[in-house]
Amino acid sequence: MKPILEVTNLTKNFGGLKALDDISLTVGQGEIVALIGPNGAGKTTFFNCITGIYPPTKGDVAIIPAGGKRKRLNGLKPNHVTKNGMARTFQNIRLFQNMTVLENVMIGRHCRMSAGIPGAIFRNPATVREEKKVIEDSYRVLEKIGLEQFVNEYAKNLPYGAQRRLEIARAMATEPSILLLDEPAAGMNARETKELDDLIVRVRNQEKISILLIEHDMKLVMSLSDRIYVVDYGKKIAEGSPLEIKSDPAVIKAYLGEELDA
Amino acid sequence: MFRFNEIKKSFLVSLWMMLLTFPIMVIRVNTIDNIIEWRWKRMFMVGVGTFFLSFLWRYLHSRKEAGQKRVETGESETLPLAQRLIKDRRLSVPAAITLAVFIIAFPFIFSMYQTNIMTTALIYVVVGLGLNIVVGLAGLLDLGYVAFYAVGAYSYALLNHHFGLGFWMALPLGAMFAFLFGVVLGFPVLRLRGDYLAIVTLGFGEIIRLVLENWNAFSFGPSGIANIPRPGFFGMDLSLSQSITYVYFVMIGLVIFTVFVVKRLQDSRLGRAWIALREDEVACQAMGIDKTRTKLSAFALGATWAGIGGVVFAAKTTFINPASFTIWESIIILCVVVLGGMGSILGVILGALVLILLPEYLRAFSEYRMLIFGATLVIMMVFRPEGIITDVRKTYKFKGLKNNQPTT
Repeated sequence: MKPILEVTNLTKNFGGLKALDDISLTVGQGEIVALIGPNGAGKTTFFNCITGIYPPTKGDVAIIPAGGKRKRLNGLKPNHVTKNGMARTFQNIRLFQNMTVLENVMIGRHCRMSAGIPGAIFRNPATVREEKKVIEDSYRVLEKIGLEQFVNEYAKNLPYGAQRRLEIARAMATEPSILLLDEPAAGMNARETKELDDLIVRVRNQEKISILLIEHDMKLVMSLSDRIYVVDYGKKIAEGSPLEIKSDPAVIKAYLGEELDA
Repeated sequence: MFRFNEIKKSFLVSLWMMLLTFPIMVIRVNTIDNIIEWRWKRMFMVGVGTFFLSFLWRYLHSRKEAGQKRVETGESETLPLAQRLIKDRRLSVPAAITLAVFIIAFPFIFSMYQTNIMTTALIYVVVGLGLNIVVGLAGLLDLGYVAFYAVGAYSYALLNHHFGLGFWMALPLGAMFAFLFGVVLGFPVLRLRGDYLAIVTLGFGEIIRLVLENWNAFSFGPSGIANIPRPGFFGMDLSLSQSITYVYFVMIGLVIFTVFVVKRLQDSRLGRAWIALREDEVACQAMGIDKTRTKLSAFALGATWAGIGGVVFAAKTTFINPASFTIWESIIILCVVVLGGMGSILGVILGALVLILLPEYLRAFSEYRMLIFGATLVIMMVFRPEGIITDVRKTYKFKGLKNNQPTT
């Protein structure tokens, strides 16, 4: 399978603390890959490093969009990373609370638009066309995610599960080739989780977007993922198919601890 | 039962207040006749007054909470008055006509003094709308905004002094200089946010003022620049009252221009990016928005309006010196934006009119003027922290949304 995201030997130090230690990871085209590990293992730091929020100490991040050229991402600012086709959601919901649902998605389209200050003031035909298109496109995205009934609602007034889905919609609006989901099912009940499961599969199959997700809900992870990476204390301790991971002794040790041999 | 409880509480508060003020309000030692006066009437007044105010406070609070509950449960169907005025055509058309007639007739009905005050208020409207871009939309707390106002004013004064440029030439140049200053001052503060940004901008505002005050060769120091010409009207000589009327209409034109441009900016790609920046900086960047450019554009465009306001200010007063550009001005402009309603154009206009006109018409109570001003701010922030008029986001209609088959 052709890779879409290649991370090699990624290391991140915060002072003396090695938050990420030599992690390599690949996501293939059309793959759903999960990154799991106990709390504080460095999963979110990993996301922050590859999306440009933190600069990595060492290592390489590269994206190879379908039919596109390989592009190194480390050192780029988050907005350039997004422009290159990698979008993300956040563990603690970070929506634009006082904007409407549609506007939230429209923000996602921002980097695919070009109107500047003169365009805004004079509203030349190109800008008007662009604005019209962005509204339509954003609405389509909402339809795909199933949020169209909330279109003019403020983001803060949405039910929790819908807020989580709106984050995905907003990220999808940036036209990513890979989508990074940081604990998308956190705080969801069983039914919402099931819906999310369907949604993620649909995004992969219909939109041809590869997915890398962090998740604690093991049922979801096992049913969704093609491959799983496990990290603990910033180190990669295992990788493989869900079946392999389930029986990996290192993983069991990391999650459940070691038996004491008296 | 509920009401009774409230009354009891207010009663206790007033009793407490009477006790507290007893020594100063009731007892008075008359040192001439060596007697003590007992002014029981005052105690009664304090009691009644406190009871009344306390009750009013409680009543307003309970109303506010009830209102919030209604909004949360989505019960309130009626739009706020301001929006009904805009939405409903039967109301909006006559209202607009009345307003237009009033605006045009204003300088002819009222005295020169009144027109002058109104012009000042209109300058604050323009400047307030500029700061609204920075604070209200982009969420960057700028306490040194008056610096750009000073840049505009001094641009006109100095260009006129050295090169004899007229008002209409200086207006775009002053705006441009302020824009450039916005960019220059914007760069160092790009990494900062919140309190840190506020303090740095506060510093910048003071630096500009101190430079103007001390660099005698450049700005003529504290003595300022006098004899700045009023705006010209096709080379005609205007009498003082004609000239004041003329500046008033120039200002009306500029307000309309400002509202037009700011409204368009607000509804554009850039405007959305500003609001996203205000709402969540990290998410905004992660969604592909260039933080640097967005912040700089907010700073620079905001500064532009301050520059325009400054040029008109210099032309209107015909004399400027650094004392007109103190931190107090920045705070007033900030109050205009916060009190009016952050991000709301109509709110900022109302805020400017209230904040500038109120102190002028309260001159009768000149001793208590600032007290009333302060009390108004406190009361507003307690009962309506979102400002006079709340910013409401644009909504979009999609054809056939009701039967779930959108066609747009």
